[in-house]
Amino acid sequence: MKARTISRHMRESIKSIRRNSWMTFASVSAVTVTLLLVGVFIVIMMNLNLLADSIENDVEIKVIADPAADEEAVKKLEEQVRNTEGVLEVVYSSRDEELNTMIKSFGDELNLYKQSNPLGDALYVKAKDPQQTATVAKKINTYDYTDKVEYGEEKVNKLFKVLNTSRNVGLVLILALLFTAMFLISNTIRITIVARGKEIEIMKLVGATNNFVRIPFILEGVWLGILGAIIPMVIISVSYNNLYEHWEPKLRGQLFQLLNTTPFIYQLNGLLLFMGIFIGIWGSFMSVRKFLKV
Amino acid sequence: MIVMKNVYKKYPNGVVAANGINIEIKRGEFVYVVGPSGAGKSTFIKMMYREEASTTGDIIINGINLATLRNKHIPYLRRQIGVVFQDFKLLPKLNVYENVAFALEVIEESPEEIREKVNDVLALVGLTQKARMFPNELSGGEQQRVSIARSIVNVPKVVIADEPTGNLDPETSWEIMRIFEQINARGTTIVMATHNREIVNTIRHRVIAVDGGLITRDEYGGEYGYEG
Repeated sequence: MKARTISRHMRESIKSIRRNSWMTFASVSAVTVTLLLVGVFIVIMMNLNLLADSIENDVEIKVIADPAADEEAVKKLEEQVRNTEGVLEVVYSSRDEELNTMIKSFGDELNLYKQSNPLGDALYVKAKDPQQTATVAKKINTYDYTDKVEYGEEKVNKLFKVLNTSRNVGLVLILALLFTAMFLISNTIRITIVARGKEIEIMKLVGATNNFVRIPFILEGVWLGILGAIIPMVIISVSYNNLYEHWEPKLRGQLFQLLNTTPFIYQLNGLLLFMGIFIGIWGSFMSVRKFLKV
Repeated sequence: MIVMKNVYKKYPNGVVAANGINIEIKRGEFVYVVGPSGAGKSTFIKMMYREEASTTGDIIINGINLATLRNKHIPYLRRQIGVVFQDFKLLPKLNVYENVAFALEVIEESPEEIREKVNDVLALVGLTQKARMFPNELSGGEQQRVSIARSIVNVPKVVIADEPTGNLDPETSWEIMRIFEQINARGTTIVMATHNREIVNTIRHRVIAVDGGLITRDEYGGEYGYEG
């Protein structure tokens, strides 16, 4: 395509946006509202994800060795655990260290156990994929010198279920919103196309290619998408920045953290702009298609 | 130039508008297509520039077989054909010059060439003085001249006209016919569907009569030949 044709398409698309100012306003606001909601959802989801990740990374399996096992047997068990598929790291803690931890949390009465320690040595195991914790734990439980395996089975399973469901629900909501915006844009463009139906017919009859007819409308969709993305980008950037500045110092050292503003805000803005452009292009593409069959 | 072989056209509603049409039109011919309303004249014309596709049979225009023509190549077919309509089909927001230039912009001609070609055809149809006027400021005959100018600005080998004088008074119709005669004299093939008995009987050319989706008569220098 020649440069002057491209600039013609640009002029045409901008002219059409100005000429149909009410429809432009309607679809730009539709995109604005949609992207604002999508943006807020993404902010919430990404931060929940961060929380989920830190909770997940906190999940570990405590393997208690048979108290009767001697040092060599425990070494062997540790080796075996280390070589188990899906295991990320293993930290050894001797029975005496275990008892000291217990004394610290339950009080000095337990000191009397120092004479004959009833505890076994312990191994603290982290799975490469926290969601695989149960599988790894089950496997370790079958080893010879394993006395007990603990990882808060029910709690962990419930946690994973909640996290996974909320991720999926968020994703579905975002998709539904995007779909609505596409529908609204394609309706707007359809109205501008109907108004220009005669023009399109003549273009086709004098030998315009489909692309020649289509491109101004696609560009129009791009402008609508960009215009619709600007306000959500500004609102979300400013609010998240304020939120972060206000809360970040208070949350230091807690399990729940806020995502750093950089690069998160830039990525989010890029994504919103991309989504705006994408729904614009897709919306106009769908509505022009029907009118090209002359 | 134009060949139709066993062309059959059935619309989705069951109407058969072409029921085995065979015809050959040579380069530089001037052909009238006549027939009562609903006889299949419009379909006959529309199939030539592929606004309608034939159901079966071959239509060959300027060496291109429309039966096997892929949709994306239709624009290139249409660039070799000029089409003139009864209702002119001008863009109301563009002036005379722009309406004609539009046909060249669409096929991405250079601005210099557009200027030269548009000025040439406007001179041919006698509208140089009115180049800056808008369609609603023109008479019917003038609007049709703009439409003709647009159809020939790309120097097509064939001009297809669907009742170009249908909306015009007799005097203006003669004016329009004079322009078609001039275009034909330059070697352009012209196929014109018409209801105008006087024109067909006065400016004698080949007459193809269509009725019931069939060619009922094909006569060089023939007459209009039926009532209505």
